[in-house]
Amino acid sequence: MAVQASTTPKPIISVIGLKKSFGEKHVLRDIDLDIYPGESLVILGASGAGKSVFLKHLIGLLQPDEGNVIVEGIDITIAPASECLELRKHIGMSFQEGALFDSMNVFDNIAFPIRRHTRWSEDEVADRVHECLSLVRMEGIEDKFPAELSGGMRRRVGFARAIALKPEILLFDEPTTGLDPINTAAIARVIRHMHDQLGVTAVTITHDLNLAFGIADRLAMIRHGVIIAEGSPDEFRQNPDPYVQAFLNGEIPADEEDFV
Amino acid sequence: MMGWLDSLGRWFIDVLEEIGRFFNILAQTLLWSVRRPFDFAEWLRQMVRVGYDSIPVIFLTTMFTGMVLALQTYRGFERFHAEGFVGSVVALSMTRELGPVLVGLMVAGRIGSSLAAELGTMRVTEQVDALYAMATEPIHYLIVPRVGASFFMLPLLVLVGDAIGIVGGWLVAVGLFHANTVQYWHSTFQYLEVNDVTSGLIKAAFFGLILAVTGCTKGFYTSGGAEGVGRSTTNAVVMGSLSILLSDFFLTKILF
Ligand SMILES: Nc1ncnc2c1ncn2[C@@H]1O[C@H](COP(=O)(O)OP(=O)(O)OP(=O)(O)O)[C@@H](O)[C@H]1O
Ligand SMILES: [Mg+2]
Repeated sequence: MAVQASTTPKPIISVIGLKKSFGEKHVLRDIDLDIYPGESLVILGASGAGKSVFLKHLIGLLQPDEGNVIVEGIDITIAPASECLELRKHIGMSFQEGALFDSMNVFDNIAFPIRRHTRWSEDEVADRVHECLSLVRMEGIEDKFPAELSGGMRRRVGFARAIALKPEILLFDEPTTGLDPINTAAIARVIRHMHDQLGVTAVTITHDLNLAFGIADRLAMIRHGVIIAEGSPDEFRQNPDPYVQAFLNGEIPADEEDFV
Repeated sequence: MMGWLDSLGRWFIDVLEEIGRFFNILAQTLLWSVRRPFDFAEWLRQMVRVGYDSIPVIFLTTMFTGMVLALQTYRGFERFHAEGFVGSVVALSMTRELGPVLVGLMVAGRIGSSLAAELGTMRVTEQVDALYAMATEPIHYLIVPRVGASFFMLPLLVLVGDAIGIVGGWLVAVGLFHANTVQYWHSTFQYLEVNDVTSGLIKAAFFGLILAVTGCTKGFYTSGGAEGVGRSTTNAVVMGSLSILLSDFFLTKILF
């Protein structure tokens, strides 16, 4: 990376020496990662490796024990709350379980960030909501409440809500887990489209290697609280680390054999 | 020995943390209450929830309290032929003390618990995180209208409750003991001062603030899934009710 430093643009997100523990459990030990404007980064790692915890640090939902997270030039670990609030208007995030507001129907859920942060007319809001819903292939469920949806449907509505405001930075926590192949392809298409046409920066967590290699400009893998591998799809496939190879091939890594 | 000291110390820290959280939420609520946007629809919804929807419960509570007050005092005052003061006793007890406290306790049970359950569920299902991620301060969006509604609606509920309690007393006095209606109403207003009513209403506003902030704090700091939500809900009612009873003494002592 160092050699390219002169040609690569300034990172839009810089994570420096990030450490986070919950009690005795050291989830993130020392994470350094730069994310560049317009790139699509995929984060891989075993279940429980700390991917969701990492993603939550990027938007300030969790405060690190040590280290800094710099987003668009602002260090969100020390910046005043009002500045962080302003910054979050440029960021969309979809949560692993959808996190839809269950007091609102699907329409109001997706309209929420739009109504909150724009002065669009209700017609414009409705247009955008329908557009987002059709992107995730969910037309016609505007009036349903989250409790009436399946897990996969909720996740897709959460995805639609995250992209509603066309944010510059998108954070997706396992957007396709539990979805059928067709809907997974649809989500992949949306992410690729936002990345290609709108130039957004996307950080996606996924266990789905097809999706990962389908959307990634770059991949990174978290294990034991550090990033053990990082690189373009081709570099990543060639990575000599036995754990990475085991992960990509769906095998049990040699150093975890005793646990089975 | 050490174990005993240890748990006492831990208990003390827990209590301090609890108090710290309460005042943190209270301070932030006050801070955010003056910021825009002002969500009028949400305020209205919460006011209906705290105020209008509580009327049946308040009606029954204060009605029967007024009735039993009249019943008890009538039996007692009969002994020294002071039945004429039953109206005064009912009116003063209701407006100064029983109205605010009973309404406060009933609303703490009804609203304090539901606030804790609502916010707690939103917390454990990451809806609070989602709000935050959508550049919306959860305190501003969720807590300010709920606390505000409770603060403004409690005095109104107490006003209604006072009136119903007094009517309850009148029903018993006139219906059961055949007291003279005119004399009863005269006795009701004879010693009642404006300050008796307003002091009760001011207390009610404080109780509204306390019970809503307690419920919201409990909900906001919920962790541990469905079980955690249950714990928060119970705690909200217990702590809310206790805080109302404790602060009632000090408010009465200091203010009036
Ligand atoms: N609020 C919390 N309190 C305590 N421990 C936590 C908390 N959040 C996460 N953890 C722990 O941190 C570790 C990483 O959790 P995380 O949710 O980031 O995993 P993940 O990589 O997203 O896994 P998955 O792929 O299953 O979603 C887990 O062991 C979890 O127990
Ligand atoms: Mg996760």
